[in-house]
Amino acid sequence: MSTLEIKNLQVSVETDEGSKQILRGVDLTIKSGETHAIMGPNGSGKSTLAYSLAGHPKYQITGGTVTLDGADVLAMSVDERAKAGLFLAMQYPVEVPGISVSNFLRTAVTAIRGEAPKVRTWVGEVKAAMADLSMDPAFAERNVNEGFSGGEKKRHEILQMELLKPKFAILDETDSGLDVDALRVVSEGVNRIKSNSEVGVLLITHYTRILKYIKPDFVHVFAAGRIVEAGGAELAEKLEEKGYAEYVTA
Amino acid sequence: MALASNILENHTTPTGREEAWRFAPLSRTRGLHDVDAPIVDRPSLKALSSASGFTFTLVDGATSLSNTDDVVALKVRKNTARVQELKIEKNAVVAEPIFLSRDLQGSGVGVAEASRLLIRASAHSQATVVIENSGSITLAEEIEILLEDGAQLRFVTLQEWDEETVHIGRHHAIVGRDATFTSYVVTVGGGFVRLLPTVEYAGPGSSAELFGLYFAGKDQFLEHRVHVDHAIPHAKSRVHYKGALSGAGAHTVWIGDVFIKAAAEGTDTYELNRNLLLSDGARADSVPNLEIETGEIVGAGHASTTGRFDDEQLFYLQSRGIPAEEARKLVIRAFFMEILSKLSLPEIEERIAATIDKELNYDFA
Repeated sequence: MSTLEIKNLQVSVETDEGSKQILRGVDLTIKSGETHAIMGPNGSGKSTLAYSLAGHPKYQITGGTVTLDGADVLAMSVDERAKAGLFLAMQYPVEVPGISVSNFLRTAVTAIRGEAPKVRTWVGEVKAAMADLSMDPAFAERNVNEGFSGGEKKRHEILQMELLKPKFAILDETDSGLDVDALRVVSEGVNRIKSNSEVGVLLITHYTRILKYIKPDFVHVFAAGRIVEAGGAELAEKLEEKGYAEYVTA
Repeated sequence: MALASNILENHTTPTGREEAWRFAPLSRTRGLHDVDAPIVDRPSLKALSSASGFTFTLVDGATSLSNTDDVVALKVRKNTARVQELKIEKNAVVAEPIFLSRDLQGSGVGVAEASRLLIRASAHSQATVVIENSGSITLAEEIEILLEDGAQLRFVTLQEWDEETVHIGRHHAIVGRDATFTSYVVTVGGGFVRLLPTVEYAGPGSSAELFGLYFAGKDQFLEHRVHVDHAIPHAKSRVHYKGALSGAGAHTVWIGDVFIKAAAEGTDTYELNRNLLLSDGARADSVPNLEIETGEIVGAGHASTTGRFDDEQLFYLQSRGIPAEEARKLVIRAFFMEILSKLSLPEIEERIAATIDKELNYDFA
């Protein structure tokens, strides 16, 4: 059982007009096996939270703490955070020319597990995971994210989540840009990983539709850089009906 | 052979406005492009291996086999009385690579020197020739390569020069009937390097595959100007060059001229250039050019891409547990190995990869 604990997290970014505060004291605790949805309007700071947890250099932590089973996440480099068990499925996965998906996956898994996977089992492991996500095996020979469609990029993110087996996965708008079929495939992938592991999930989304496929245990409403309301799955239904209006006028 | 363009006196010193010279910083050639600047005749290659199946000799007054309007190649011809000739004997199968290395005894960057090499791959011979260039020199060279019918030649040139080296060269292959020419041009050193890998065909059923990789660090200028002339039916060409750049003032030029003449029915050609920019302040010029005078061909295509490796890519790889330094090496090695691994010369592959790693550490320090 692991715990990811975010306390009073405050984050700024540099802009042309100087430093701008985005996160204004985020408090959130996630335990293994739990699924938390963070919902909020555009510009509320949801993605900033995701990238700050992963350690993107653009975001400056100005206050608060993040710990994973007591270890100081904010003191870790980006790759150390991944090794500690954090995974960020990105909204806009980056194209990396020159490196094939298969080489990338193998290198990442070697880094995370601390040893190269056995060749014999590895090939089967990747093939099975790709088949589960309805991915063509030829995909493995393409360059990372280069020329991928929106759906292919998101499947590739979930494929990595499956192979890297994180303790906590942050899914940043994984539903954006997906048609209904792709959304179903990706959601089933996440559910399969959840049922086969103890992963804790932080599901960041603007819309409620992905919550029909991935059931959250907790729903948090995010506005103006902090959590303004928390509840169970029923809170998502309320948002579906009434939208974010009451949170953004404040 | 008596084309007017083949005579140096019919040319003037390039000014930089000519199409062929428009990318090159002429102030950095140490006069090699100047038709009047002095240059000494020095046959500077020596053979390191002495297996059977070939001879390596110095020949007086050999005539040239090809036409060119390249000023530097013509200057080399005019100023050399002797040609080094590597002859692979008829039907010989030379299993071990033949290494020719540049002997710098008596050289210095202050004295421009000219070198001419003729490689004769006799009918139905098979060989690999590796030319190793390292050290400091101001060198103009012409290498003419004749593949007789059915010959198979792998031709490797390694430019691992020191940073003060200026090297301008023309490597011209004439590919005979059913002959197969494969060239690998690897340029990872030198301050100013300009190479013209060019190909013509002398009979049908012939094939040329031209591979190249280059890495330009800070203030290095590396130009590769490929030219494939399809004037014979049923010949094939493949051109695949990849380059990476890192550091302020790093500049690479890749030109891929492929001409398919009206007589060249059944031509099959494809050329590809990919560049990877690893830092700000570097510039990669890439100009594929395909001219087709007949529609009766198997295929003709070209592609050119120039991409960046930036902080977002680094973040992405790091977020998957891969340390920053390893991420850089991974991307660059993967990019180059596609070409490098085709050499089938493990020691050289490892040496080139290590050179690139070293340059990167330097540039990112």
